[in-house]
Amino acid sequence: MTDAAISLRDVSKLYRRYAHQRRFSTLKSALLKGSLASDLRPHEVVRAVDAVSLAVGTGACVGLIGRNGSGKSTLLKLVTGITRPTSGAVNVSGRVAALIELGAGFHPEISGRENIFVNGVMLGRTRREIAKQFDEIVEFAELEEFIDAPVKTYSTGMYMRLGFSVAVHVDPDVLVVDEVLAVGDEAFGLKCLDKFSEFKRRGRTILLATHGLGMVERFCDEAIWIDAGRVRAQGDPRRVVHAYTTDVARREEEDIASKDRRVQAAAEERRGHSAGEEGSGTGDGATPRADRAARETGAAPDGDAGTGDGATLRADGGARSPDGATPPDGVTPGDGATPGDGATPGADGGAPETGAAETGVPEGPGKPDAAVGDMFQATEGRWGSGPVRIERVTIEREGNAAHVFRTGDRLTLRLEFRTSEPVRDFVFGIGIFNADGTCCYGTNTDVEGFEPVELSGSGEVVFAIDSLDLVEGTYKLDVAAHTRRGMQYDYHRLLYTFRVKSETKDAGIYRPRHQWTFSPNARFGPPPAPAGGRS
Amino acid sequence: MWANLVRLLRHRGLVQTLVVRDLKARYRGSVLGFFWSFANPLLLLLVYTFVFSVVLDGFRPVDIEPYALFLFCGLLPWTWFSSGLTEAGNSLVANGNLIKKVLFPAEVLPVVAVVANMVHFLLALPILVAALILLAPAAPRLSELVWFPIVVGVQLLLTLGLGLFLAALTVHFRDIKDLLSNVLTLWFFATPIIYPMAAVAGRGPEVAGLAPLGKVLMDLNPFAHLAISYQEILFYDGPFGHWKWLLVLGAGGAVLFTAAYAFFDRLRDSFAEEV
Repeated sequence: MTDAAISLRDVSKLYRRYAHQRRFSTLKSALLKGSLASDLRPHEVVRAVDAVSLAVGTGACVGLIGRNGSGKSTLLKLVTGITRPTSGAVNVSGRVAALIELGAGFHPEISGRENIFVNGVMLGRTRREIAKQFDEIVEFAELEEFIDAPVKTYSTGMYMRLGFSVAVHVDPDVLVVDEVLAVGDEAFGLKCLDKFSEFKRRGRTILLATHGLGMVERFCDEAIWIDAGRVRAQGDPRRVVHAYTTDVARREEEDIASKDRRVQAAAEERRGHSAGEEGSGTGDGATPRADRAARETGAAPDGDAGTGDGATLRADGGARSPDGATPPDGVTPGDGATPGDGATPGADGGAPETGAAETGVPEGPGKPDAAVGDMFQATEGRWGSGPVRIERVTIEREGNAAHVFRTGDRLTLRLEFRTSEPVRDFVFGIGIFNADGTCCYGTNTDVEGFEPVELSGSGEVVFAIDSLDLVEGTYKLDVAAHTRRGMQYDYHRLLYTFRVKSETKDAGIYRPRHQWTFSPNARFGPPPAPAGGRS
Repeated sequence: MWANLVRLLRHRGLVQTLVVRDLKARYRGSVLGFFWSFANPLLLLLVYTFVFSVVLDGFRPVDIEPYALFLFCGLLPWTWFSSGLTEAGNSLVANGNLIKKVLFPAEVLPVVAVVANMVHFLLALPILVAALILLAPAAPRLSELVWFPIVVGVQLLLTLGLGLFLAALTVHFRDIKDLLSNVLTLWFFATPIIYPMAAVAGRGPEVAGLAPLGKVLMDLNPFAHLAISYQEILFYDGPFGHWKWLLVLGAGGAVLFTAAYAFFDRLRDSFAEEV
């Protein structure tokens, strides 16, 4: 570990970008325009690797981590000598084998046997050396039966096994690996790891670029985190991986936040448009009628209540309809079971101009899903009018805005409202949807029995979930303020995003709090590591 | 530069392996297999003989008998030259994954393309020998035949030089590929392969009061000297009189090869990025 097998001193690699799409420009046109010289001058320079200095000791196994495009592969290419640094010095002692693309240089028409020799010679061995190791190479690749078949008849797996086998049997002093383990099957991956372990035992140096953080922690002596062409951290794998995952989570937060902001701004703009096109009164009037129409045409009277699709933002306003249309199922207002009849967030709140047309189509009692279908056609947006506005919505964890949660976290939803005049008829509702558009949960103040008295000025409504018992996934929120009859003051459709992460890859939507107990004759190994440990 | 040239010599094992691979792979899957190396030039010869003996009978150069043999002497080396250049020019781009993903000496690729085509040329020589025995009025003299390997050597040097140059340039300008195929067609007809040198040497106005334009152009055309050399050695009677030109061409080829290699070396670092 004393002397460096790989050392980089202040290495930079610049990639040039050209103003014209020079790849497609032609010599002829360059000559005609007389712009050959200027075309060959770079217009923009991208620093793929930026002043990197590092040393890898002989016999060390070093993991290189970082996001896509951070410069990992460029760094590997510099180490192998495939590309040369723009400035700085790269020193590698000993023979280097690059597992950057397995089987590069195989010729499809000739047999596996011949390709082993050709590939071996390409990697710097003589034919005699390869002949000595030939059987070992074939055995490792598990291709005894097929070694005389042309390589074009190989499956992808066979092709890669052969490529890997030839490369590792070159017996390099330094092995440079770029994410090749991600492509094989499990058994092959384990075999590769065994081979790497053998390399380690024999004091060879391994430089490994991977997204498999668990592997870096378990397998590597050291980790290097590359970000935007620079070394962000180097050292103990656990520490570096932790720093990296923290950073990834932070970026994820920012990413979701900025995407949400864009969607919200677009929704706000569209809302401005449609409000200008038609009087606010007509839109509002159409909505409840459409709602009723859907109900009267006989949306399934029951059976849907339990499917979870009809989560209401609004108590079933049908019962209070001025025209006295009775809900077919006789659901009493406020029981919240609004049975998939279209009193769903999307259907009854359908954008004013289309809501009537969509929900008014008779669907027939045999198609309970129809209403659900309509509802999911409504994409993100914002609509409604009246004195109440939801000014701001924040998703919080422990008092801070957050977008990434773990299963079981406490989530707080803060709605900031403002009213232009005191209002006596108001309901606040929320709906949680998963990526499929399935409503995971929906509720409002009315179904939960809060009698509105007065809303005035500005203030906050806070909705807190003690334990976010959802499985891993990305979820979106509907947030609304409306009258008890369902006239929308301000409806925010799918404008807020949060992500739930979990180590447990369980299926479904909802994770009930649960535990397993076993009788003594049902035996398992030691219990899994408690949640919170990284896998 | 010199270190790289020495390295190229060290890569001869690799060149050899890849040439053999190319030859093996080329006719894999065809019924006739390796026989195509002989069949191709034979068929080519038949096509040209048919065209110039039957279709374009009137255009055939007179007093060249047997015409098929004359044609063959120029056509075989030309096939090596043109396919060698075409493949060499395209070699870096076609083998992009080797350049980008493996530490691989790039110059080996155009060299392999040229050498593989030379091997095809050599494999077709038995056909030429058979044609000589069957058609030639008199066997070529031994004193002339010793020049044959030298002509081949000069052509190799010239083709390698041009091949390296084109390969490096094609990486940056892909349209060289299309340009080259047309340039080669023009070059073919501008070279005394289907007609004898004598048919054009006297044509055209005098240039600078020295020689007719036709002769000047021929003198400037390197492959004309190669074709004439092959024809003089194998086809025409009499001593090999073109040797001075051949030596000049050999020297020129050496200069071209060195310059092309330097040029290739200069652009080497850009290959992995541009391919």
